[in-house]
Amino acid sequence: MTYRIAVVTAGLREPSSTRLLADRLGEAALAELTARGEKAELEVVDLRTMAGAITNALITGVQTTELSAATSTVVSADAVIAVSPIFSGSYSGLFKMFFDLLGDDSLAGTPVLLGATAGTPRHSLAVDHAMRPLFAYLRAVVAPTAVFAATDDFGQAGQARSDDDVAPLGQRARRAGRELVDLLLARGRKVVKDELDDFTSFDELLGHS
Amino acid sequence: MQFGIFTVSDITADPTTGRTPTEHERIQAVVAIAKKAEEVGLDVFALGEHHNPPFFSSSPTTTLAYIAAQTERIILSTATTLITTNDPVKIAEDYAMLQHLAGGRVDLMMGRGNTGPVYPWFGQDIRNGIALAVENYALLHRLWREDVVNWEGKFRTPLQSFTSTPRPLDGVPPFVWHGSIRSPQIAEQAAYYGDGFFHNNIFWNIEHTAQMVALYRERFEHYGHGKADEAIVGLGGQVYMHKDSQQAVREFRPYFDVAPVYGHGPSLEDFTAQTPLTVGSPQEVVDRYATMREHVGDYQRQLFLMDHAGLPLATVLKQLDMLGEEVVPALRKEFAVGRPAHVPEAPTHASLVAAAGGSRDATVYAEGDDVTGASPDASRDDEVAVTP
Repeated sequence: MTYRIAVVTAGLREPSSTRLLADRLGEAALAELTARGEKAELEVVDLRTMAGAITNALITGVQTTELSAATSTVVSADAVIAVSPIFSGSYSGLFKMFFDLLGDDSLAGTPVLLGATAGTPRHSLAVDHAMRPLFAYLRAVVAPTAVFAATDDFGQAGQARSDDDVAPLGQRARRAGRELVDLLLARGRKVVKDELDDFTSFDELLGHS
Repeated sequence: MQFGIFTVSDITADPTTGRTPTEHERIQAVVAIAKKAEEVGLDVFALGEHHNPPFFSSSPTTTLAYIAAQTERIILSTATTLITTNDPVKIAEDYAMLQHLAGGRVDLMMGRGNTGPVYPWFGQDIRNGIALAVENYALLHRLWREDVVNWEGKFRTPLQSFTSTPRPLDGVPPFVWHGSIRSPQIAEQAAYYGDGFFHNNIFWNIEHTAQMVALYRERFEHYGHGKADEAIVGLGGQVYMHKDSQQAVREFRPYFDVAPVYGHGPSLEDFTAQTPLTVGSPQEVVDRYATMREHVGDYQRQLFLMDHAGLPLATVLKQLDMLGEEVVPALRKEFAVGRPAHVPEAPTHASLVAAAGGSRDATVYAEGDDVTGASPDASRDDEVAVTP
């Protein structure tokens, strides 16, 4: 059995440190699954390439083929890694707009690993104070460790940061990956509800049977 | 196969002149458009219902009755009738009345409405949208079929000994379509009753439309109304034409770019690729719409949105000329090719009367006079009894 993990990245630059973190978290989850004898594949959803389509979809309800494939990748994945840059103390607008397109219960019960990037470590709590409530609302099952990477975390070697004693990025990514895999294996494959099955038969509704 | 137009009754500024028509001008324009639709050989004119600006059409039966008086052949319908916030009793009365005045040239399309505040304005709660559609339609269905209704439900006061008048013309209720874009519950509702299902796909890709129609067809067969390919399906559409297709794009783009709902969003090119909107020559419209049945099967009704986004009346009338003279005749031919004989046409008043075994007078004659509620005979008896 191969698990499917969707990696959503809302980085705006090319190349993007948000994408780097997303890849890092994806690799950590993959390595952990491999170590436990499981197979998995990552599917990266890069929101930057669909920014215009996401805006138009919110205005008109019409999704491009690419966007509609991306939303179904995320809602059908067995686990989701969601990574955003932190702007003005919270996730980016693009990140939120994408999740606004997903159906009401579509991530309920889905294991999610959160990651965020910013220019300075001063934004680190945004991942817990802003991103985590969004996924609480969506009733996703969020891994306890969320990984925040400031620009200088990408320059840290294998020891704790000298200024705040936080474990280095690689170590935090591995811990987060382990936690996500714990949740994923505990819950198993996601069973996706077919939207077209979401109705009550009229026999039942009108009490004729 | 029926072809027609539907209007949402929006009052929108013409972006090329900056001028917004008055309500009165727009109302008169829609009447002219309906008459034109009949003149160019279309089968159906359908009018929306809204209860907020920029729309004028709060009273569809008034408008449709006025149009009925000035037309002879075209079927008058709705797009849509709000089954959620209207009292089903009033729908039963109003549309039976319209049916009599229009000589049976009436059907309806039920919809839930997509303007949140309309629910509280009419004393309802949007969270009950589906439940209202289910209960209200179940009552409406009975009011047209049972002379005396005793009923109790969740959303309106109970009815005891209620007779909705006038009774449906010739004893045959108007045919009903159920419009829904993304609620399987409404496709199920249409299937349960053996009613029509209309997918107004003007903002949707054809793959989604195909799924919804397939669900309706499957459930139609499940409820024993016929085979799946005998279910009654309608689709929306939207076109703008010029014999030179580049000129069509040049003329329509200013309206598209700032149109209500989809304006300021996707490009005209993206939107035409993703939705049924077709801007080009009449032949391009024919080619595009001829492919619809490959996705949804042979269907019964195709309605086009022609008059929104501030397009001036003169332009709309010219569009209708092209639609009626060039597009619809060609599509009628296309759709006739290979259409299995058992696939029915959309029901009309005449076909429903025939299916019911002929017309009958459905009048419910009251036993008593309308002042005292007592029978004239009974009161005479009383007089006899009390007068020595």
